[in-house]
Order: sequence, then C-alpha cells, then structure tokens
Amino acid sequence: MTAGSPAASSTGRLAARLAWRLSDPAVGVWLAALGVTLLGWIVVNARGGDFLTQPNVTIILQNCVALGLIALGQTMVILTGSLDLSVAYLVSLGTLVAAETMDGREGNIAWAVLVVLLLAGAVGLANGLIVTGLRVNAFIATLGTALILRGWIEDTYTGPAGSVPGTFRRLGYDRIGPLPVSVFLLAAVAVALWLICRRTRLGHHMYATGGDEHAARLSGVRTHRTVILAHVLCSLCVGAAALFLAARFGTGSPWAGTEARYDLESIAAVVLGGTLLAGGRGGVVGTLGGVVVLAVLDSVFNQLSVDPFFKNVLRGVVIIAAVAVWTRRRRRGAPRRTA
Amino acid sequence: MLTMRDMTKSFLGNRVLHNVTLDLVPGEVHAVVGENGAGKSTLMKLLSGEHTPDGGRIELDGEVRTFAHPAQAQAAGIGVIHQELALLPDRTVAENVLLGREPTRFGLVDRAAMERRTAELLDDLGAVGIGPGTPVRDLSVARQQMVEVAKALAADVRILVMDEPTAALAEHEVAALCDLVRRLSARGLGILYISHRLREVFALARRITVLKDGRAVTTVATDDTTMDAVVRAMVGRELTSYYPPRAARARVGDPVLTVEDAGNERLARISLSLRPGEILGVGGLQGSGRSSLARALFGAAPFTTGTMTVAGRPLRPRRPRQAIGAGIALVSEDRKGEGLALRQSVRDNALLVTRAVPGRQRPPGDGALAELLARVRLAGAGHGAGREVRFLSGGNQQKVVIAKWLAARPMVLLFDEPTRGVDVGAKAAIHTLVRELAGEGLAVLLISSELPELIGMSDRLLVMAEGHLAGELPAGASEEDIMRLATTDRTALARKGGERR
Amino acid sequence: MTTETPTTPKAPGRPARIAALLGGGAPVYALLAALLVALAVTDPGFYEPDRLLAFIRRAAPLVLLAAGQYLVIVCGQFDLSVGAIVTAGVVVAAELYSEFPGAHWLVVCAVLLGAGALVGLVNGLITTGLGVPSFITTLGMMLILEGGVFFWTGGSPQGYLPDDFRAIGRDDVFGGLPWAVLVCAVVGAGAVALMRSGFGRTLIATGDSERAAALSGVRVHRVRTVAFVLSGAAAALAAVLVGGFSGVSAQAGSGLEFEAITAVVLGGVLLGGGRGSVVAAMAGAFSLTALFTLLNLQGVSGALESTVQGAIVIAAVGLGAADWSRLRRRSPSRGGPPS
Repeated sequence: MTAGSPAASSTGRLAARLAWRLSDPAVGVWLAALGVTLLGWIVVNARGGDFLTQPNVTIILQNCVALGLIALGQTMVILTGSLDLSVAYLVSLGTLVAAETMDGREGNIAWAVLVVLLLAGAVGLANGLIVTGLRVNAFIATLGTALILRGWIEDTYTGPAGSVPGTFRRLGYDRIGPLPVSVFLLAAVAVALWLICRRTRLGHHMYATGGDEHAARLSGVRTHRTVILAHVLCSLCVGAAALFLAARFGTGSPWAGTEARYDLESIAAVVLGGTLLAGGRGGVVGTLGGVVVLAVLDSVFNQLSVDPFFKNVLRGVVIIAAVAVWTRRRRRGAPRRTA
Repeated sequence: MLTMRDMTKSFLGNRVLHNVTLDLVPGEVHAVVGENGAGKSTLMKLLSGEHTPDGGRIELDGEVRTFAHPAQAQAAGIGVIHQELALLPDRTVAENVLLGREPTRFGLVDRAAMERRTAELLDDLGAVGIGPGTPVRDLSVARQQMVEVAKALAADVRILVMDEPTAALAEHEVAALCDLVRRLSARGLGILYISHRLREVFALARRITVLKDGRAVTTVATDDTTMDAVVRAMVGRELTSYYPPRAARARVGDPVLTVEDAGNERLARISLSLRPGEILGVGGLQGSGRSSLARALFGAAPFTTGTMTVAGRPLRPRRPRQAIGAGIALVSEDRKGEGLALRQSVRDNALLVTRAVPGRQRPPGDGALAELLARVRLAGAGHGAGREVRFLSGGNQQKVVIAKWLAARPMVLLFDEPTRGVDVGAKAAIHTLVRELAGEGLAVLLISSELPELIGMSDRLLVMAEGHLAGELPAGASEEDIMRLATTDRTALARKGGERR
Repeated sequence: MTTETPTTPKAPGRPARIAALLGGGAPVYALLAALLVALAVTDPGFYEPDRLLAFIRRAAPLVLLAAGQYLVIVCGQFDLSVGAIVTAGVVVAAELYSEFPGAHWLVVCAVLLGAGALVGLVNGLITTGLGVPSFITTLGMMLILEGGVFFWTGGSPQGYLPDDFRAIGRDDVFGGLPWAVLVCAVVGAGAVALMRSGFGRTLIATGDSERAAALSGVRVHRVRTVAFVLSGAAAALAAVLVGGFSGVSAQAGSGLEFEAITAVVLGGVLLGGGRGSVVAAMAGAFSLTALFTLLNLQGVSGALESTVQGAIVIAAVGLGAADWSRLRRRSPSRGGPPS
C-alpha cells in the first residue's frame, strides 16, 4: 500500500467499495430475492408450471403486504435495540376492532381507521413505557402485553366478528395492472419509514440508541423517548396491517395474527434482511428484501405443491442458513473493534 | 463562570462525595486529581447530568441549575469527554459529532450541512485526514478522541470536562492533545481536566484541586506547589520510591520462551528470548504492535509464521487454551472487557483459569485461595472472596486478574499495561508484586506506555515500531533512547496511520 | 509499600453484599410466598399432602424446562425450541409405540432423551459454530420440529401411550410420592450441583463476559453447546411427563418456551447472561404454576387468565428491576464503580 500506481490503488479502492457494497446485507438480500425468484422460475417451469404469470406475481405481492407492514414496524423497534412480541395479537385485535367499528357501513370507515390506529398507538405507547419506565426487558414486556391482549381477545370474541363494507374491501382486492393497491400502502409506509430512519433526527437517534444506549444518552439523546416512539411507530404499522387484513377477510378474525405467527415471522424477516437483532444496524430496505424472499419462497413451495407442514421445515432451514451467511460476511467484512 | 458548591452524592448509602466545592473561570484549565475512588468521575457525572446530586448546587454565571439528563447540561454549555469514549462505532464521524443536534432543513436532517459542519469543526481542531463520512470504527483511538472533542465542541460549549483524556494515548499523542487543550483554553473555554498523570497536569493547569476519599482536600495554584506536595495530598503520605529495587543479578538458566523470526498480519520478523527471573520490558508507540506481540505469544492472535519454543519444546500456540496449558499467562490491557467476568465473585474469577483448563492445576481450596489473595495483596482477602468484582476499585480488580493467573502457576507472565487506570497506591503494590514474581523465577514480559514505569521495572528493554522490533536496550536506558527507537520511521508510520481503515 | 493501600472499596462493602444476596432472586421468593399464602387463603385444603404433591406434579414439566432454559440463558443465549421439543417428544413417543408396541418404557424414554439432546446439540453447534443468534437458530428449529412432526403424522398425531410409560407423568412411585415429583427433585438437585461445579461457574462466567472467559482458556463454544444439549434433554424429559400427564396432543408443548423463559426471568435471571441462580429460576416456574392455579381457583375465566398472567409478569419483573435501578445505574457495562 506504500507503493503501487495511483491507477492500481483506485481500482483497488473500487473493488473494495464493491465488495463492501455486496457485503451490505440490504444489497445481499435483494440479490437473494432475485436469485430465489430465478430459481423458482426455473424449477417451476421445468416441472411444466408457469411461475411468473401475472396472477402469481399479484399473489406474491399481496402476500408481502401484511408481513411487510408488520416487519417494517418490527424493524423500527429492533433497530432501536428493543423487540415486539405483541404484534400478532395486536393484528388480531386490530382486525376485530376495525370490522366491528365499520359494521358494514361505509360511513364508519374513516372512524374505524382512526380507532384502530389509536388503539395500536396506545399499545405501542404502553410497550414503550413498560420497556423504558419500568425497565422491563423488551422480550418480557411485550410478551406480557401479548398475553394481556390475548386475554382481551379470548374473553370478548369467540370467532369472527363484525363486517367490512365493500368499499373498504377494495383495499384488499383491487389492483392496478398487476399491482394490488395494497402494495401502494406498503410502499408508502416503507418510504415514510425510510425517510424517518435516514433523514430525521428520530431516525438517527434510533440507530444511536440501538447501537449503544449509554453512549447515546451521554450524547444528549433522549433515549427513552426514542424507544417509546419506535414502539409507537411499530404498533402503527401493525395497525395498518390489521386494516389491510380486515379488508382482505371482510371480517375481524381472532386468529388473524397468531395463525400466521406474525410475531416470530416478522422478526425472522427483519433479521433475514440483515438488521442486527441487537440493534443499531440495518434498515427498511433490507427488511423489505427479507419479506420478498419469504413470500417468493412461499409461492414456489405452493406451486410445487410442497406439503404445508414440510414448508415450515424448509422455512426454518432457510432462515437459519440466511442468517448464518450474513454472520459469516459480517465477521469477515468488518473486523471487530478491539478497544 | 461555574461554581459547584457542597456537592454530595451517595450510592446505596455510601457517600462518595462530601461537600465538594469547586469553581472554574473562563480560559482556565482546572485540574482535578486524586486516586481511583476519590470521587473525580462522580463529580464530573454530576456536572454532566448523568447523575443527580443528593446535595449541593451547581451555579452557572451565578444562576442555580439542575441537570437531570445529559441533554440539559449540554444545552447549558457543558461538554464532557468521557474516559470510555461515547462514540458509536457503526455510525459515521459526522453522525457521531452532531448526534443529538443534527441540522435539519424542512424537518429533515441535512446531511450535506452535517458533513460541512463536521469538517469545519475538525479543521478547527487541526485534525486533518478524518473524513466526516468515515465510520468511527475505522479510526485509531487517538483519532476517535479527536472526534470526541469535536463532538463536545459542536454543542458550542463554554465548559469542557475531560475525564482522563490521555489514558489510552501514547506519549506523542498526549503532546498533541495537550496542545489542543491549551488552544481551547486560550479561546476562553473553561476546562476541567481530570487526570492521573501529574506531568500533564502540571504542564496544563492553572489550578489543581485534589480529591481524597470524596472530599476536596485542597485547591492550589500550580505555580505555588510541587508534584511531591500534590502526591502527598492525594495519597495522604509520602511516596519516596515508585519502583522496587531490582533483584540481584542472578539470571541464569535457559530461556523459558524463545521466538524465532515469527510474524502474522500485524507483526514481522519477531525474534526474542525470555529467561526465568527477568522482566523484559516492551516499549513503543500505541499501535506499534506491542499488544499484538503479547496476544501472539498467548495464542489470542497467533503467529502465522516462524518458530516458538516454550520450556525448550517447540510450541506456537494457536489459541489461548494451548498457551495456558504450556504455562503462559496474559494480563490484558482491557481489564474490564478481557480480564474479568465483572458480575462474578472474586473467587469465581480467581478460579476461572484453573477450572477452565483442568490439566494445568487443580482449583485451589478455600485456604489456598485466601493465601493467593493475600499474596496479590487484595484487601479483605478473607471475607471478600464472595464479592462481585465490579464493585472493586481498578487496582483491586487488577489484583484479581493477577491472582487468576497465579492460581494456574504459570512460567511466563505477559503484562499488557498492568497499571493503566490504577491508582498510585495499588500501582506500587503491583510493581512490587511483579518484581517479587520475577524474583521467584517467573519470566515476565512487561508492556507499558508509561516510560518511567518501563525504565523503572525492566531488566532489559525491547522497543517496537510498526510491527517489528526496532531495537533492544539494557536496563537504565533513558526515555530519549526509547523514543528514538520507537519513532525511527515516523514518516512511514504517519502514512500508515492515515490509511488505517 | 507491601501493605494494601487504604483506597480499597469504600463504595461496595455492605450494600454490595446485600445486593449480591438479593440479586439472585429474592423478589421471586417473595412472589412465591405471596402466591402460596393466597392459595392457602383461597383454598384451605391446598396444603394437604396429596394436593400439594399434585401441585408439584403439575409444576414439574415447567420446572424442568426452566432449569434447562436457565442454563442456556445464563450463558447468554435463548432456547425457543423447547416447546416444540415437548410436542415432538410426545408425538414421537406415540409413533414409537405404534411401531414397536412392546417397547420397554425405559427404552422409549432413553430414545426421547437422546433425541432431545441431539436437537440441543444441533442448536448449539449452529449457534456457536456458525454464529447465528440463538434466538434465530432456535426459532428456526421450532419451525422445523413442528413442521416435521405434523408432516410426519399427516397433520393429526394419533396413537396412544401405554400405561407403563404414562405412569411417570401421572402415577406414584410409592406411598403417594408421584414420579414427577421425584424426577423434579432429582433434576433440581442435579442442576444445583452442576451450577456449583467448575463447569457451572465457567458457564456463568461465559455469559458474563465471553471474551474474558475465552482468554482464560474456557472453551466457550463447547460450554455453550453443552448448555443447549442439557436444555434439549430437559425438554425431552418434560415431554415424558407431559405425555404421561395429558396424553398425545399436537398442542402438548405449545407456548411452553415462553412460559419457561418467563419463569427464568421471574427468577431474577438476567436475559443476556451472567447472573442469576438456578434455584430462583425453578422457583419462578413454581410461581408461574401457582399463579395459574390461583387464577383457576379464583374462577377467573380461562380467557382472562392470560391477561392477568401478562400483567403480573410485567409487574413482577418491573418491580424486580425497580429495586435495582439505582444499583444498575452505577453498574458495570461501561460506567464501572464511581471513581
């Protein structure tokens, strides 16, 4: 590095840059998504199926929306060094409250949306306050809120309840060309969160708090406020997901969130997208990639009519393998600071 | 401009500060000195808003202020540079410097303005070659310190608190930092300078306040006092000689450890031998490879080339366990991170090695353990073995680390900065102990950034530069001799430093 | 200067010792005592020997799981797969009996234990060897095991367990002493002995500071893997008890992983490792079972039960945390004792 022509060193730098880019999980996961899609296309076509048909693409995208919204919310809390295990029950409760408040009448839609978002915001606020104010570990705190919500749901509802008017159901079914309208909801939320992460003080403070809470506090960051806001953002995303699912099902379902295991799935998607479980590193783009990978895989398995139970097995393997790859890369890419 | 009056603070019923009063005027460097546990850091944390005082008040320009959160102290113009740097390794320099006060445009963070402002601040400090967009983890410790200073200044502070800013710096970096402190005070900043190193304090400060056992013993003008007087006030007694006398020259016998032309990615052409009973000092600048050498000998960052023998048998340890099995021990420079399991008891820490490496030595029983703790001069050795080590002072923690290794009866002891962050009294105790151990026939390798310590303790000196051995000096070499060897290739070093990722 | 200087710890001393004493889990003993008193008040007959033993028998599986989970948590990891191991264990036992109807119960138990240990081994190797966060590893393992069990049994596990096998879960050894209580006592004693041994101490030290442990010659990977193996084996043993107690069911172990983690945390064990006692963790499991029993006796509807549980868990952990907030502020990770 002392000798060497400037040209050589500049290409070297370029290569290093490229390598650095590739070792960025956010890029890697999208490449993986591309790879999985390609592989799926090849395998399905070889079996005489047709993978990239318009209906199939629509289905894949639609499948991304609910998990995508929740995983984006989860990204906010995980980046901040927290965690939210209450999302699954909150989704269920959200669909129920939405459908009951709408009660089949168009006039109630705006009101219902507001109520669901308020409810979600309140749950997020509670989570944030428990984590920061009571100093309860996020894992336990949100597990506790999950149990509380579960009791509420099971005590109040025995099955599907309420009904969603046709206008609102269009959120679940309409599409523009091959794109379901719900994808625009996901995109809008993603852009908003991306902006928050990258271009607002709150975002910077979230990364700082997740990276090193003590250091962030000493730097004058209001870490508690940051964690609380991250939880509120997360729950609002979950509220949005609940509204989408209500539109999709046409009614509120007590199992909407738990059957799909949105709590653990969303965490898996976030980690798949390269966000550090410990916080401070990662972001929105990677999470979306993680969600796409899971949705495409699901679709491939469906097309190949893989046993739904065996699908779970494969998913488990994929999640572990993907995270193993990120860890490898991270270890090699960035030597840990020793001091 | 600033007066702290009757500051009092207790933790769990223990008073660590008793009515400490201190004032600061603009343009002044006011040093706060004292042994570890004297209350210096606590005093500073009250000022920074990290802790709230139990009693007393803080007056700023005659106005009483209370700080419940660091953000409030910063808003009042008080900046703090912490001993453990409060930087986020994954974030860029600019993001760190302006953390908590990011410039915004239309509600969004203005990245261009951030980088501009950071570059200005760094320029202002004369810190060249630090890119605002570089992740902090890619900077050397000295440069990280610069970033920390820039961060404090970004808040437009009028009062700067520096807590042991030179603890992790090599001597030439210390000089640069002192220069910076002088420039800042010339601009009218009031600086509270907390340090162990009296030489710096006397070079910089206009006034010195000595804390002892949580009380302000005295505040004196630097010109009216001497180093000896300050040490006396700190310790409460006379310290005549810092270093124990060398043992009679009786170093005989074959080397217990030899290295022949060894290297790895940080070291090259290392050849040395270490005999029982001698203390081999290793000097050099920060980053010259001293710690890498210790880690290589210990198998933590192993040699990849060359040969090495331990007790006459060829062995190039590839992991610490192997080295420990062969009788090598490393007292790491990072006591809290690498030396101790902080939430565990003194006993569990002291027995850790013997438990982990069963072949080496049986874990001592209670009696033997008490003897061992007494041997390293750990206070309250009898009843205190159940205490969690995080509650001990730095010096006592270091003694636990040493006890942990002695329990395994090593032949070779590698000490990497054994007295860093250790108060004066414990330091002397550790020096005596190290000398004693060598006297009993152990081979000791001693790495230190403090030249007087290195010279006072070593029987023989190696000086490192840029990952290789720059030369060997006999006992009694002068500081100049060492620095000359250490800085032989300064220009190349500077270039390398600039490129360091 | 051969004598100790007078600068030694003023800060620590008495309060530190009290903290060390309580730090292990005094709050959980208080909680357990309160619950037991409440039980006595609600149901005066609760302390008749056979009812008390029945209570311990009911608590036994969770106690085993808590002991295993403790080992994993105290070295800084999570094991989310234990619930799935219990389910899989019960189902596998039934399948074994339908394949080999005459199998001796000891053989079946041994096979289950071996399989549980094997699952733990895989968890451990993936976590330590590949560097995948254990949260993700064991989450993936949970998906794999559950998917695998259902795939294997075609979605609805059948078969039955013979009486000699079920005896361990529901019958007495002699004179009214249930097998489950005996197993519980033996495992408890074993866990205490283990944690007092050199291995146990190195396990905690590893959870406290991985680097310090590794540089002291601890084989960190191996130690952690052993913890996972023991947790897997404990879960398999719990499966034997659960299978005996309630028979074959696809839901046998669902949610048990969270209950076990909750129990451990109730016991004052630090998530993240390095602190807490195994006795307190098991006391946490008893507390949780006592809580369920109390809610039952109080006639709290099954649905609201989880709400109350969630609230109490948050409150208990929050109270535990609040007691230590002053202590924690001056505690280690960065600050160190005031100097």
